[in-house]
Amino acid sequence: MLHELTKGIIKENPLFVQLLGTCPALATTSSFANAIGMGAAFTFVLLGSNIVISAIRKFVPDQVHIPCYIVVIASFVTILEMIMNAYVPALYAALGVFVPLIVVNCIVLGRAEAFCHDHGIVDSILDAIGMGIGYTIALASIAFVREILGSGKILGFTLMPASFTPILIFILPAGAFITMGFVFAFVNHMRAKGEAK
Amino acid sequence: MGGTFGILFSAALVSNVILAKFLGLCSFLGVSKSFKNSFGMSAAVTFVMMLATAASYGIYYAFLVPTHLEYLKTLVFILAIATLVQLVEMFMRKNTPALHKAMGVYLPLITTNCAILGVALLNVTLNYDFIDSMVNALGTSLGYTVAILLFSCIRERMDETQLPPCLRVLPIALITASCMSIALMGLGGIH
Repeated sequence: MLHELTKGIIKENPLFVQLLGTCPALATTSSFANAIGMGAAFTFVLLGSNIVISAIRKFVPDQVHIPCYIVVIASFVTILEMIMNAYVPALYAALGVFVPLIVVNCIVLGRAEAFCHDHGIVDSILDAIGMGIGYTIALASIAFVREILGSGKILGFTLMPASFTPILIFILPAGAFITMGFVFAFVNHMRAKGEAK
Repeated sequence: MGGTFGILFSAALVSNVILAKFLGLCSFLGVSKSFKNSFGMSAAVTFVMMLATAASYGIYYAFLVPTHLEYLKTLVFILAIATLVQLVEMFMRKNTPALHKAMGVYLPLITTNCAILGVALLNVTLNYDFIDSMVNALGTSLGYTVAILLFSCIRERMDETQLPPCLRVLPIALITASCMSIALMGLGGIH
C-alpha cells in the first residue's frame, strides 16, 4: 500500500523518470514560490481527477473513456481556476495560461489511463499524492537552482554573498532550458551510478 | 511596428511558442529526432491550430459570452479541439488518403499539444479580434515550424557525436534549445 504513495517521489518521478509535464516545468520555475504554487495546483487537479475517475471507471463505456476523463479533468481545472482567482490572485496571474493548461498536462491523463483505469479509490488517492509530491519536488529543485543563480535570493532571503552578481539569464527562458538540461544530466548520472552498484 | 504585423512577427520570432513561451514542448522534444517527422508534425500543428483558433473564437463569442459562461472556456475549448481533431482525421482518411498518410499519425497527438489550447486561450484573454487571432495562430505555427525544423537538423547531426553518457538524448537537446533561445533573445527589442 505504502508503495503506491512513495513510488511517485523517486522511482517513478513524473518529471525526472517519466519525462512528462515538461512545459510547466520550464515555464513556472523562474521563482521558487511559483514552482511550489504550480506543484500544489497540479496536485489538487490530479487528486480530484484520480478520485472521480477511479470511482466512475466501471460505468464508463470503453469506447468513450478518454473524452469522459478529459471532461472530469477539465472540470477540476475550472474549479481550481475559480479558487485561485478568488484566494491567490497574485499567484494565478503569475502562472497565467499554465493553470488552464493543466488540462492537457500529460501526467494527469497518463495517470488516469495507466493507473486509475484498473485501481480502486484508495490506491488512486495515494498515487495522486505521491505523484503530486514527486512533481512538486522536481519543479522546486529546478526553481531553486534558477532563482539562486538568477537573483541570489530564495523567497526573499538573500543567500549568496554580497560580491555575487546575479546571472540574469537563469530566470529568462534560455536559463530554463539549460538548467533543466543539467538537472536531467545529473539525474541520469545518479541513476547510472545506482544501477552500476 | 505594432498592429497586426507586430502580432505576427512577435508570435513567430520574438516570443517564439517553444523557445520563449514553453508551449508544445512534448512534441518538440519527442518528434524532433528526424527532419521528416518534424516536417509532418509542424504541418499538422499549423493546420489544426488555424482550425482550432477559428472554431474556439466562434464558440466563445457566439455561445459563451451571450450566456455569461466565460468561465467554462477551458472545458469547452478542449472538447472542441478534441472533436475537431477527430473529425479532421476521419475526413482525411476518407477523402485525402495521401495527406492522411503523411500527417495522420500526428493528429491524435495534437489533442494534447498545449500550444493549440494555449493559443486559443491566449487569444480570448488578450481580447484579440478575429483577424488578430488568426494572425496570432499563423505566427505561432510559423514559430513552431521554424524552431522544430532547425532543431531536428541539429539533433540529426548530434546523433553522430561522442557525448558523455549522462548527456545523451534529452539533456543535450535541452542545452541546445537553450542556445537557440539565447539567439532569439537578440530580437527582443523589436516589436
